[in-house]
Amino acid sequence: MSHPHIKEGIAKALFVGAAGISIIAVALICVFLFANGVPAIAQIGLPEFLFGTTWRPANDIYGIFPMIIGSIYVTGGAIVVGVPTGLLCAIFLSRFASGKIAAVLKPGVELLAGIPSVVYGFFGLVLIVPFIRANMPGNGLSLLAAAVLLGIMILPTIITVAQSALDAVPKKYYEGALALGADHERSVFRVIVPAATSGIMAGVVLGVGRAIGETMAVIMVAGNQPLIPESIFNGVRTMTANIVLEMGYAADLHRGALVATGVVLFVFILLITMLFNVIKKRGEMK
Amino acid sequence: MSPKLTIAYEAGSAPAAPTDSDDRIDALFAVAETRQRKTRRVVSALLRSLVYLGALITTAVLLFIVGYILVNGVPYLTPSLFAWEYTSDNVSLMPALVNTLLMAALSLALAVPVGVGSAIYLVEYAPRGSRFVQIVRTTTETLQGIPSIIYGLFGMLFFVTALHWNLSLMAGACTLAIMVLPVVMRTTEEALIAVPDAYREGGFGLGAGRLRTVFRCVLPSAVPGILGGVILALGRCVGEVAALIFTAGSIAQIPNFLEQGGMALFDSTRTLAVHMYVLASEGLHVNETYATAVVLLVMVVLLNLLATFAAKKMSKGNQDD
Repeated sequence: MSHPHIKEGIAKALFVGAAGISIIAVALICVFLFANGVPAIAQIGLPEFLFGTTWRPANDIYGIFPMIIGSIYVTGGAIVVGVPTGLLCAIFLSRFASGKIAAVLKPGVELLAGIPSVVYGFFGLVLIVPFIRANMPGNGLSLLAAAVLLGIMILPTIITVAQSALDAVPKKYYEGALALGADHERSVFRVIVPAATSGIMAGVVLGVGRAIGETMAVIMVAGNQPLIPESIFNGVRTMTANIVLEMGYAADLHRGALVATGVVLFVFILLITMLFNVIKKRGEMK
Repeated sequence: MSPKLTIAYEAGSAPAAPTDSDDRIDALFAVAETRQRKTRRVVSALLRSLVYLGALITTAVLLFIVGYILVNGVPYLTPSLFAWEYTSDNVSLMPALVNTLLMAALSLALAVPVGVGSAIYLVEYAPRGSRFVQIVRTTTETLQGIPSIIYGLFGMLFFVTALHWNLSLMAGACTLAIMVLPVVMRTTEEALIAVPDAYREGGFGLGAGRLRTVFRCVLPSAVPGILGGVILALGRCVGEVAALIFTAGSIAQIPNFLEQGGMALFDSTRTLAVHMYVLASEGLHVNETYATAVVLLVMVVLLNLLATFAAKKMSKGNQDD
């Protein structure tokens, strides 16, 4: 083999190796999470762990049902807050904004995506929480505060994905609607938005993934009581918060139970990713 | 309103066409149509204002968050906040700032070669539709969806515990590297795909091998796009907390490379975002927390501007082709 061929071969091997690293990473993550979490689940008992409503590590009682419900509530709230606003903003950027306004707003949305979650959390802590405390029942650290804050945080995800879905709708759809006598608004809402549904749904699912995995911002505003909230003014603890709050001092089974909480979260995320892929594929097939 | 209108209409049209029912029906249709048109116009105006409202809320939220942090934080950007030594009195952010730069540089040094390398393989080398490529894509998408706290858990279990690196700069950087790997990979892939095939054909036509073609013809014109991805990854490193508290810890000191050499990589460090989280949850230094938030925000804004600039350069470069 001549000299250049060896070089080519080595380079190719290096590139293949690099591509393999992401496979190794996912494999390692799965192995280490499951190896550390599953024994704890086995010791606690799967139904007791998933559906137990009491979390009391001091007495070795580990039921994460309140945290699962907490994560679902908070995520649902974020969707209620974030999706309508984000979708409308995406429609604005895609079909209403003039070039100049879009040129200002688009980087703004990107900046919103770039703000670190601690900064969001701090903002929620000094502004949203006191506002709720002053005007509504409870002490402000609540499901409502977390939902509003997360709703803001998933805005950029939804806007970006929904906008690219709306932009991808062929021009002839819009022109056809206009030719049938519909005005601009009607064409956009009755023709373009329905045509972009799968892309928009993909954005929503991505937003769900972000919201359910968000940690630091939620911890700072949600109150973190491991109880199923009775109203939106009650505090709530998510699965992510459960891990961060107690991992610092946990040992033995407690530690295992926290890793197992991570395993449950991981399974949730895998399901969401799969859902996202299904929606995306269906959109592409159309 | 409407009964009166009907009467007026009947009174008006009665003398003109008392017997001809066709005209009457036409006129009724006309009335119905104007009404429908009117409601349509109202609905359209409503939809339009909703769309504007959505955009307005987004803008207002952004301006409000940034403005509120700046107004409350800028007055407290005092020299003592930038002192070299952290004490619980001055809560200096300087060590954390330096650590952030170290951490980001280290994790990018790990993630960028791997990310760019695998993107090169996927775009330039891999046979179309190969099984390996499919698996790589699926795993990349999975990595992209994993929340940072899971990375933190993994980093704690693997780097900190299994590899005995303890809470350290190195463990944090490796965790972050895996976290930003899909970002670098995806943007590089897109940048490489955007390079016209003519470049590759030109390279091959001049007798260059694949490796030389990639590095001399394809990569240079993809650089702005790759840079955009690197900056995006940098932004994530700077703002990350959940992946770091159980991997890098929260010691507010710069690792002492002068005395310890390479072993300083295994010192526990606190990045700026972690520093801010600690301050915010202690709740003792609210003003300094605002100021720290300002520094974080400024870094993020600068990175964003850079990324936008890189993206612009990329699209301009491709237009020239």
